[in-house]
Amino acid sequence: MSDQYDLLSVRGLTKNFTLHLQSRKFLRGCEDVSFSLKAGEFMGVVGPSGAGKSTIIKCIYRSYLPSAGEIIYRTGGQDIDLAKAPDREIIRLRRREISYVSQFLKVIPRVPAVDILAEQLTERGWPRNKAKDRAAEYLEMMNIDPALWDTSPSTFSGGEQQRVNLARALITKPRLLLLDEPTASLDAETKKVVIQALNQLRKQGTTMVGIFHDTDVMKRLVDRVFTMTSGRCKSIKRMQEVV
Amino acid sequence: MPASNAFVLRVTNLAKRYGQGCPSCYALTGPAFATNICPCCGSIVACHDIGFDLEEGEILGIVGESGSGKSTLVRCLYFDEEVTGGEAFLAAYGKGGVNLFAESSQRKRFIRNHLMGMVYQNPLLGIKPHFTAGGNVAEKLLTADVYNYADIRARAASLLTRTEIPRARMDDFPARFSGGMQQRVQIAKALANNPPLLFLDEITTGLDLSVQARVLDLVKEIQRELGIAMLVVSHDLGVIRMLADRTAVLKNGRMVEIGLTDQILEDPQHQYTQLLVHSML
Repeated sequence: MSDQYDLLSVRGLTKNFTLHLQSRKFLRGCEDVSFSLKAGEFMGVVGPSGAGKSTIIKCIYRSYLPSAGEIIYRTGGQDIDLAKAPDREIIRLRRREISYVSQFLKVIPRVPAVDILAEQLTERGWPRNKAKDRAAEYLEMMNIDPALWDTSPSTFSGGEQQRVNLARALITKPRLLLLDEPTASLDAETKKVVIQALNQLRKQGTTMVGIFHDTDVMKRLVDRVFTMTSGRCKSIKRMQEVV
Repeated sequence: MPASNAFVLRVTNLAKRYGQGCPSCYALTGPAFATNICPCCGSIVACHDIGFDLEEGEILGIVGESGSGKSTLVRCLYFDEEVTGGEAFLAAYGKGGVNLFAESSQRKRFIRNHLMGMVYQNPLLGIKPHFTAGGNVAEKLLTADVYNYADIRARAASLLTRTEIPRARMDDFPARFSGGMQQRVQIAKALANNPPLLFLDEITTGLDLSVQARVLDLVKEIQRELGIAMLVVSHDLGVIRMLADRTAVLKNGRMVEIGLTDQILEDPQHQYTQLLVHSML
């Protein structure tokens, strides 16, 4: 993989929060975080809760505005600093190549599961019936009971919601996929399905960063492990060294 | 970025002041002073130094408490109010190089009839309750120079069906419709001239929840299918989260923050935005 280019290169990323309402209280999210990812690589992020794992992912997706540092993302032969790129450029990248799977499914209420997935494709120019067919394939792959397909995920169990959440990101085949505990609250059987789907996506070239608590799952997915403690990088090791 | 030029609407330095004004009006109002009333002359600075770009198919949310200048902003852009200063450009008008505010009132009327749609919080501001539902849509079409009766009738029928007004009620008076139905007639009317730009001012405020949901679904669908750029004013962050790609936050007539909607909600920067987001239920 050494001949691959750096798809993502984070340098000195720092995120602080200033809470104006509590007399400008200052909180540290992460500090001076650096790493880079080759195209097609999968990096796991681990650490105790509150260590700043999600902060990093949210800074890359720009749900958080980084306080300092660079997040260089390579697209179309160009380098873009996601920390400073204009909002519209971020929107465009989110529509075309960067996806984020949060811990919880956030969707418009009332929209059936199959439409939530299909919408991702129609937004990208797919005809409606083809998009629906593909959406059904993904729901099937994720082991969602066909009886639920035309109901809203707000009625689903936690594990089912999490799978719809994942399927929604997977169906677009993003270039960069950010995952926040993708297998939390899944049973063993479904975990297998998710692992398979993620490995499949990786074979097609998707680069990924994922937060994991479950080391067994992580072992079967990632190349490298980034360990964090209190907002800082503790170590970056190859998966083999960790196990 | 090449995209920064592909605007539908560009607004720069928009200002609206009620009152005679004095040299210190702008210097002594705004969030830093927690007021929009000038202490020297008593003028009200409803909007000052507001600027943004709106792209094709984009929805920009405008949030803020009452009195922050949200409605004044859209009313200025729709020429309901005369601005005190600033410029606005529409890509579809004069190749995007003509300041709309400097145009004559005839030209403004042309712009608003042909290139803009407006949906007010109060449906009765946008529709005439004693014209039929179809007649209301027809009115907008007539002002946009569509005169063929059959065309008008067909377009009205398709728009009203689109906004879920039963065909059978097309010739009824909106005065006898429920609030939610009136709102949907207003939306049909606003869409009649197929505008590249739509203003929505608190369109779900005052509607009950299930009706609110259907109106929002409709807006989302329209945006998806027709790719119309929209300015959505709301004090309801849930509405904004559901509809807007980007959001601007207004406070005391100033724009204190603009950014990606999820960033505004998850990592608000300005003190007032933090207060607003943390007040959310």
